[in-house]
Amino acid sequence: MSYARPHAGAHPVTHHWRKITVTDLGYSSATRVENGKLLIDKGELTALLRSDPNIKDVQLAIARPGDSVRIIPVKDVIEPRLSRIPGYPIFPGVFSAWDPDSHGIPSGEIVSLCGMVVTTVGSIVGYQEGLIDMSGPGARYSLFSGKHHLVLDISVKEGTERHEHEKSVRLAGFKASDYIARSSLDGSLSSGSRETLINPIDPEYHGSEISDGRKRRPRIAYLYMLQSQGLLHDTYYCGVDVKKMLPRRIVPTEVLFGAIVSGNCVSACDKNTTYHHQNNPIILDLLRRHGVDWDFVGCVITNENVTLGDKQRSSTLAAELIVSLNPDGVIVSKEGFGNPDADLMMNCSKIEAHGIKTVLLTDEFAGQDGASQSLVDSHPNADAIVSTGNANEVIVLPPMEKVIGDDRVITELAGGSSKCRLPDGSVAIELQALIGSTNQLGFENISSRFK
Amino acid sequence: MSDASRNGKYRIVHYVNQFFGGVGGEEKADCEPFTIQGPQGPGRLLEKLFRQGNVDVEIVATVVCGDSYFVDHQEDVLRELIPLIRGYHPDLVVAGPAFNAGRYGIACGGICSSLQPLGIPAITAMFKENPGVDQYRKTALIVETANNVTGMEEAVRKMVRLGIKRLHGEEIEFPQAEGCFEQGIRKNYSHTEPACERAIAMLLRKINGDPFETEYPIPFFDRVDPRPAIADLKGITIALVTSGGIVPTGNPDHIESSSASKYGKYSLEGLETLDARTHQSAHGGYDNTYANADPNRVLPIDEMRVLEKEMGFKRHPWYYATVGNGTSVDNAQKFAKEIAVELIRDGVQAVILTST
Repeated sequence: MSYARPHAGAHPVTHHWRKITVTDLGYSSATRVENGKLLIDKGELTALLRSDPNIKDVQLAIARPGDSVRIIPVKDVIEPRLSRIPGYPIFPGVFSAWDPDSHGIPSGEIVSLCGMVVTTVGSIVGYQEGLIDMSGPGARYSLFSGKHHLVLDISVKEGTERHEHEKSVRLAGFKASDYIARSSLDGSLSSGSRETLINPIDPEYHGSEISDGRKRRPRIAYLYMLQSQGLLHDTYYCGVDVKKMLPRRIVPTEVLFGAIVSGNCVSACDKNTTYHHQNNPIILDLLRRHGVDWDFVGCVITNENVTLGDKQRSSTLAAELIVSLNPDGVIVSKEGFGNPDADLMMNCSKIEAHGIKTVLLTDEFAGQDGASQSLVDSHPNADAIVSTGNANEVIVLPPMEKVIGDDRVITELAGGSSKCRLPDGSVAIELQALIGSTNQLGFENISSRFK
Repeated sequence: MSDASRNGKYRIVHYVNQFFGGVGGEEKADCEPFTIQGPQGPGRLLEKLFRQGNVDVEIVATVVCGDSYFVDHQEDVLRELIPLIRGYHPDLVVAGPAFNAGRYGIACGGICSSLQPLGIPAITAMFKENPGVDQYRKTALIVETANNVTGMEEAVRKMVRLGIKRLHGEEIEFPQAEGCFEQGIRKNYSHTEPACERAIAMLLRKINGDPFETEYPIPFFDRVDPRPAIADLKGITIALVTSGGIVPTGNPDHIESSSASKYGKYSLEGLETLDARTHQSAHGGYDNTYANADPNRVLPIDEMRVLEKEMGFKRHPWYYATVGNGTSVDNAQKFAKEIAVELIRDGVQAVILTST
C-alpha cells in the first residue's frame, strides 16, 4: 500500500494554517477580500456553476449572524480554503483524480477564509436535509448561526435523476468554495493568524521511538466513522465513495484540505457537513496538545455501510488498524444514528477486546419525551460515552422575516411532522432538523442527562 | 388568589397513612380516608422546619388514608381525594415520607402524580426500594430517604429544601440535584465544555484508571430470542409487517419520515403485487429511490403470492407499516403490542417482518 510515500519517515508532515477573517459579505465586479469584507463577482460565480448541464439556475443570497433569516433545506456547508502546496489541491480527488497512497501529502501552508461559509440549498432531494436559523432560539444550537453565509440556491433541470441531482448540488458547493478561495486568497497575504500543526510520525517508521526516561505520555488514537449508506448518506475520501473503501489510516491534517467531503444529508443534526470535516475538533484538539499532554498516534477512517457483513468486516479492519498504532486509548466518533449505532458498538467492543480503552461520541434518540432508550444497540464495554444531546427533543422556532430556499418542505424534514406548524407561524420541530445541532465530532456544548 | 396570600402564609396539604395519622398500625390499614384540620404527626416537624427556613407555612389540612384501603380502592380514593385536596387551594402538597412502606409509597406517588398535571406542586419522599419509586419516579418528585422512620428528620429537611423551591415557583429541571430520584427521562442541557474536549478528558481518566462518569449509561436491552421455525406452512395465515415505510401513495396517515409516532394498517385485498403508482416509501432513513420504483423490494407482496401457491399458506388481507427511523423504542414497543393483539385476534399464526 505504501510503495511511494515520499514523506514517511522521521519528519512528521507539518502544516501552517493561516486564517483570514471575514466580517462581512457583499457583491462586486471582482471577487476579493477588502478590509475584511469578502466581495463576490455574482456573474462570474453563477456562470461557473451553471456550466454544469444539470443545473438550471443558481440564485445567490447572503445571510449574516443575527439576521431574521431561515436557510432551508440545507445540503452542505463549506469553508473556502486554498492550498499553498504546489501540486497538492484543495478537495483532493474531487475535481481530478488523486491517489493518497502514491502521492502522500506534503508539508506546507493552507489558507482559510474564517467567519464565512458557502451553504448549498435548493429543492429537496431527500427527507434528511435541514435548516439554519440565523437568530432566535434555533441559533443557539448551531455554530453556523454565527457565520456569514453565501447561500447557493440551486435548481436542477426537470427530470434530473435524484443521484445526479445530489451530485450536481454537492459539486457546486465545492466549485464555489474553490472559486472564492482562489480569487481572494491567491497572492500575498498581510493579515490573519497563523497556526502550525505537526502530525504524528508515520507509524511505519520505527526509528522515532525515543525513550528519554521521562514519564510516558498517554498514547491516543482517533477512529473517525464516516456515514456511507447511499443517496444523501455518503462521504468521500480523496474523491472515493467511502462505502466502497476499506478502513485506512490518514494523515490527520488531510482534513484541513478537504480530503473528506460530505455528500451527506442524514440527518441534519448529526451529519458532518464538509465544514465539520475541514474543522474536525477532535483532530485539531489532539494535534494541538500532541507531544505535550499526550501523543496523538494516528487517525483511522472507517465507513458505516448498511449490510451486516460490511459492518463486521469494517469494524474488524478498523480495530486492527487501531491496534497497529499501539494506543492506550481511542476516541471514536459516530456519524448519523440508528443503523450506525451497530457499527459504533462493534468498533468499541473489538477495540476494547485488545485492552485498548475507548470513549464514544454519540447523540441520542430518546424520543420527544426523553423516556425511551437512546441507542438501538449496546455493548457492556461501551462504558464511556459522551452524549451530544437528544435529537428528538422538540424546540419551537418562531417565524423568520426572510426565508432563503424553501420552507414549505419543513413538514417533510426528518424531525418535522404534518402537525409541526403552529397557528402563530412558529414551528415545533425536533432538534434533528437543525444542521449540526447534535454533531458527533463534538463541536457543540449540548448534552443530555437523566432528570 | 389563595387564602395563603391573604394572611401571608403558604398553604400546605399533607397526606399521611393511618399510622402517621394517629389511627393505628397494620390492624387499621383498611381505614377509609378522612381529613384532620391542621398538622398531624410529621406535619408538625414539617411546619417547624419550613419556618426555620424563613418560609411561613400553614398545614391547612392533613389527609389520612389506610394503606390497604388506598391500594385496594386506588381509583376511587384518588377520585375522592384529588378534588378534596384541590378544594383547600394548597400552594404545595406534601405526601409522606413513606420510607420503605410499599403501599404507603404507592399512595404518596399516586397522589403526587395526579396533582402535578393540575398545576399543584406536590412532593413526596421514600426509600429507594419502595415500589412507589419505580412506579412514580417519572411523574412525581420523590426525595430519597432512609429505609425507616429513624431517618425522619433528615427526610423532612430534604423535603423542606425542595418544598421551598417549589413554593417559590422554581422549575426543578434536574431532580437528582435536589436529592430526588432520577426520573429516568433524558433532558438536554448546555454543558460548559464542548463534547470533543469532554471526550478527551474522559479518555485520559479512563486510561489513567481514574473514576469517570459516562454521560449515557448503557441500558439493559430487551433481546428477543427467535421462535423455532415453522415446519409446515400449509393452511396457516401469514401477515406482513414492515418498518420500511411502504404506504399507499400519498402517505394517507402522514407517517413521519423519522421519529414515527404512528403506524398504518392497509388492505392487500386483491393485490397480486405492489407498484410505483399505488405504493411508496415514507421512510427518510435510506435511499428510497429503489423502494419507490418497486415497493415489493421492501414489502414483498409479489413473492408472497408465488409462495402462497407453492407452500399452501393463507394470506392475511392487511399489512401494517411504520417508519423505523429514529423512532423511539417506547413507540416501537407500543406499536408492536397493538399490532400483535390485532394479529392474534384475526387468527394470524406467523408474521414476516421486513425492515430496511
